Amino acid sequence: MANPSYKELSLNGLWKNNPAVVQLLGLCPLLAVTGSVINAIGMGLATTAVLVISNSCVSLVRGVVSDAVRLPAFVMIIAAAVTCIELLMQAYTYELFQILGIFLPLITTNCVILGRADAFASKNSLLPACYDGLSMGAGFMVILILLGAVRELVGTGALFNNMDLLFGESAASWKVVVFDDYKQFLLAILPPGAFIFTGFIIALKNLIDTQIKQHQDASKEKPAAGAKRVRVTGHIS
Amino acid sequence: MALLNITSPHTSGPLDTGKVMQLVLIATIPGVLALHWHFGWGVLINIVWASIAALGAEALALALRKRPIKFYLSDFSVLVTAVLLAISIPPYSPWWLITVGIVFSVLIAKHLYGGIGYNPFNPAMVGYVVLLISFPIEMTTWASPRQAYDGQLPSLIESITVLFSGRDALPIFSLDGITMATPLDILKQNSTLTVEDLWTKFPQFGQWGGLGWEWANIGFLAGGIFLLTQRVFTWHAPISMLVSLTVMSAFFYDSGSSISGGSPLFHLLSGATMFGAFFIVTDPVTSAVSNKGKIIYGALIGVLLYLIRLWGSYPDAMAFSVLLMNFAAPFLDYYTQPRTYGHAKKDRSKSEGGQ
Repeated sequence: MANPSYKELSLNGLWKNNPAVVQLLGLCPLLAVTGSVINAIGMGLATTAVLVISNSCVSLVRGVVSDAVRLPAFVMIIAAAVTCIELLMQAYTYELFQILGIFLPLITTNCVILGRADAFASKNSLLPACYDGLSMGAGFMVILILLGAVRELVGTGALFNNMDLLFGESAASWKVVVFDDYKQFLLAILPPGAFIFTGFIIALKNLIDTQIKQHQDASKEKPAAGAKRVRVTGHIS
Repeated sequence: MALLNITSPHTSGPLDTGKVMQLVLIATIPGVLALHWHFGWGVLINIVWASIAALGAEALALALRKRPIKFYLSDFSVLVTAVLLAISIPPYSPWWLITVGIVFSVLIAKHLYGGIGYNPFNPAMVGYVVLLISFPIEMTTWASPRQAYDGQLPSLIESITVLFSGRDALPIFSLDGITMATPLDILKQNSTLTVEDLWTKFPQFGQWGGLGWEWANIGFLAGGIFLLTQRVFTWHAPISMLVSLTVMSAFFYDSGSSISGGSPLFHLLSGATMFGAFFIVTDPVTSAVSNKGKIIYGALIGVLLYLIRLWGSYPDAMAFSVLLMNFAAPFLDYYTQPRTYGHAKKDRSKSEGGQ
């Protein structure tokens, strides 16, 4: 595989091959913990960190591990990375650690991570693999935060509640009450809300893609009048 | 996708969709009048506001989907959805509650799936369940029937005030007794009194079922029989649902001890039984299509209805039972396909399993 450029890697992770809305991988944390922005940021950061670490390690050992045992080996690496991140969060952001609960250790089973390790990191050198992890993680996190924001806004009528769990005491005042006197719309915070809004985000992404494609098709050069079709089959002798 | 092959209503002949829907609307009248008599103006205001919101939402959805607006609005299907949802929502609800329910029914449950004829779930019931799990307090405070407490029901003007500024705006709603637990709820919470004692202790119980509720149920039964005579739907689904509910409640009725579930008559004439049997279960789009399928579909709704009423966490369960069985409708159709005319009956002696 030819080494893709960094620009291509970023575009892939953030848009064209976004793990959350195109590959639809890692839906479990996506749906489970995006009830608020702070949860989404916490989960996004943890996943991104794991992706970067596991991609780098897998890339480093790619010459050593044989094909037959590669998947168990990758899972071990990922599990080790997840354990480190989990312990770090337990030490520094204990409340958030408690809120995310079982979904932190479950990052190990997140398909995005094993998928990138097997499909990309095991075939590329350290730097591209590391960067791929970063851009995929960023793409995942953007969708997590978007979903968290929409659900928090529709569900509670406010945004950025409890930001102090991650950003220190001063962040406690970041909360923005968008609608005063808002009745909680429980559906948005419950799992069905996650499914419905994920659907809307995917639809929005497809809509933008279609628009871009139409725009490109329209602006393509029209063949000049009188030009002949290029012959693509057979030999011209 | 095998799931979406059914594009009923398949009706042809003198009854087109618009006429069917008009008949359904007419058939709700007796039940609605009974509800209005017992619970006051809130019922009619719900219906009017829901209809306005539904027409707006439908027009918006059709415009977004670039469909002919006038053609689809004139088939009355969205009005039926609106009326069914409005009847299910407690009277004297705020405007935003009704609007959220309608918008969800029309935009998400109906048009996101492809509009009339393509929705796998009954739109009115989806809207109702969304409201029920999102706003449990608003959705479970029913006004009490007029005979159950001494005092006046809110007047028309007062009811409109409640619609726009909420129940807190009216002093009458701070009175004790204007909202009460529904009979089904009392029966569910009860674990110490016999059914007979409940009847004497709580004013909400009427002659056979809940006070007010029994007349509403009889009204909807009358409307349903009218629809049956007009051949809007066949008897299979509603009758099998009522029969299975009767069998279930008779089986678990131990002549009225404190853990009993109430008599079969009580269950037939309380809550949403008749309304559901004739107006929700019979929805041609979301129910099973074949006659045998309809019987199974209705019977399982009756069973689920009783199970959730007695042992679930909600006092009534029409919406949940119907939605659960909507999931199963394509499956039922698959296994109850009627024999095509001219084809031989399946020869059981040759089948692999045998008997």
